Amino acid sequence: MSGILVVAEPQGTGTRRVSLEILSKARELKDSIGGPLTAVIAGSGVADAAAVLGAHGAEKVFVADHEALGTGLAAPHVDVIATLHAENDFSTILFGGTSLGRDTAAALAARLGAGLNSDSIDLVASGSTLSAVRPAFGGQNLVSSQWVNGPQIALVRPNSFAASESGGTAEVVAVTLDISDASLAAKVTGRKPAEAGKVSLEEASMIVSGGRGLGAPENFAVVEALASALGAAVGASRAAVDAGWYPHPNQVGQTGKTVSPNLYIACGISGAVQHKVGMQTSDVIIAINKDPDAPIFQFADFGLVGDLFEILPKLTELVNARKG
Amino acid sequence: MKIAVCVKEVPDTTAEKRIDPSTFRLVRTEGDRMLNEFDKYAVEEAIRLKEAGTADEVILVSLGPEKAVESLRQALAMGADRLVLVSDPAAAGSDYLGTARALAKAIDETGAELVLLGAEATDARSGVLTATLGEISGRTWVTSANSIAVNGSSITIERQSDDGVATVEAPLPAVVSVTKAINEPRYPSLKGIMGAKKKPQEVKSLGDIGLAASDVGEAGAKTKVVGVETPPARTAGVVVTDEGNGAQQILDFLIDKKLI
Ligand SMILES: Cc1cc2nc3c(=O)[nH]c(=O)nc-3n(C[C@H](O)[C@H](O)[C@H](O)COP(=O)(O)OP(=O)(O)OC[C@H]3O[C@@H](n4cnc5c(N)ncnc54)[C@H](O)[C@@H]3O)c2cc1C
Ligand SMILES: Nc1ncnc2c1ncn2[C@@H]1O[C@H](COP(=O)(O)O)[C@@H](O)[C@H]1O
Repeated sequence: MSGILVVAEPQGTGTRRVSLEILSKARELKDSIGGPLTAVIAGSGVADAAAVLGAHGAEKVFVADHEALGTGLAAPHVDVIATLHAENDFSTILFGGTSLGRDTAAALAARLGAGLNSDSIDLVASGSTLSAVRPAFGGQNLVSSQWVNGPQIALVRPNSFAASESGGTAEVVAVTLDISDASLAAKVTGRKPAEAGKVSLEEASMIVSGGRGLGAPENFAVVEALASALGAAVGASRAAVDAGWYPHPNQVGQTGKTVSPNLYIACGISGAVQHKVGMQTSDVIIAINKDPDAPIFQFADFGLVGDLFEILPKLTELVNARKG
Repeated sequence: MKIAVCVKEVPDTTAEKRIDPSTFRLVRTEGDRMLNEFDKYAVEEAIRLKEAGTADEVILVSLGPEKAVESLRQALAMGADRLVLVSDPAAAGSDYLGTARALAKAIDETGAELVLLGAEATDARSGVLTATLGEISGRTWVTSANSIAVNGSSITIERQSDDGVATVEAPLPAVVSVTKAINEPRYPSLKGIMGAKKKPQEVKSLGDIGLAASDVGEAGAKTKVVGVETPPARTAGVVVTDEGNGAQQILDFLIDKKLI
């Protein structure tokens, strides 16, 4: 068993930030569980991304470039990583908890008969043994989980670690592709890309969320304006989503996404337990609600009792003014 | 065509949940269990395909304790035809691999061509079973379907990803997980609830489906919990009432926290 593989995910001409976050953490883990620190980037037209992986600590970067790796479907990625693992026998394989990361990690672990610790918010090395720390039952418990045998495969929640540059450069190795017919059985025949420049909710470092207090779908404009001033993503409570005011993929909570941004601003959201479990690991929570008894004030770091329709436009203006 | 739907009983979302510090397992108590919310969307989609004449039977497949039948009956009340529950003391403590192995065997016996799953189980929140089950069972798999259309021997799916929506064509047999955007699950009718008890509800042991105890349960698990901690609950911070300068106060707070 040797070394750590970080499976990086391309985004545009670079990588998703979560890949760099994991790589930065892996630099630290390498001293205990052993190097080398390798990264793989698989996609369509991704060769340029190797440099940023080197700058964040990868000693070697495998680049797999193929049309079938750029569709968002994970099966071809599983073949690529399984082949790399067969050649390199990694002790540890780390993925970002994105939709592609989740699918690839799960199928890879199944193929290798290996353990998978998903939704890890911390990785702790003691000697050569790794533990994954994962919230359980809506964060009421934190469990430490290990692997029975290798490779140690983990999915890491975005925003769990800070990305930092090591200043290194990586040896770049092109991967010989060996994708099975079975992995190409599902085909993408059309696409509607997400709006350019929009950060996915799970990866966003700031989120402004709206709830039933917004009253009508068009009122989400005040939330969007603040989000855009801050460079934040937009979230919504289930009440707002169920009312058809905002799309399903933006729902935060038990039956929506679990997010851990640096900043979460809840606007017109009461703070029901099912909403709370999806955002309580945010670093800083700000709540704006006109009801002083709203449960959200019991766990917000800064609560403002007032009318969001008065406060949000003013706040947006102040943020814009400050940012110049 | 037969459709198998994987359904799971989970703890009530509002109930206080606790892990037994000696076994590291979830403490299950009376009256705090329910059908996994996400699975209702998969059940609803299967029933709609049956109503449209595309499918002729909807079979629920689950792994869990025998008592889970009570929660899973809700899916029968919605309109599924029958339930196969794999239940065995040796299956306790299964990780996702053991779960997938057991479900795959039970699904194979049903002869289903299409297998539907919910996006996530609200207790584990991992959302990994679709890929695992697809891989273990050797079927083509696709996650996050916003819609499913069956056309003869293949399916067309509008698939949600972090990068937008893609149209995916896949051959049958296939394993597919659905998002909450796919439909609005029905509430069971009184007639449905009354009829659910009479629908076939088979409980199978690991031996019945041809699995060894070493493949599932704690014995087959490839991850092990070594510690449980209860993190301190979040506490209330400052709460102020807006007197016209609330926005400025938030800005000051953001500056103070170096968030801006
Ligand atoms: C199985 C299950 C799963 C669930 N999953 C989720 C989930 O994933 N995510 C989720 O969010 N919920 C979930 N819920 C629903 C949850 O219980 C709550 O019903 C929901 O979160 C409420 O949304 P809300 O806070 O927007 O609405 P409300 O509870 O109605 O709160 C609206 C708030 O807006 C405030 N308000 C109104 N007008 C203004 C104004 N002008 N200015 C300022 N404040 C104003 C009100 O004082 C109120 O506190 C789930 C429930 C169940 C049963
Ligand atoms: N024990 C189980 N029995 C039947 N289906 C399950 C079980 N566990 C998970 N599933 C299915 O897999 C989906 C995803 O679960 P998970 O990957 O555990 O979050 C759920 O929505 C169910 O459809």
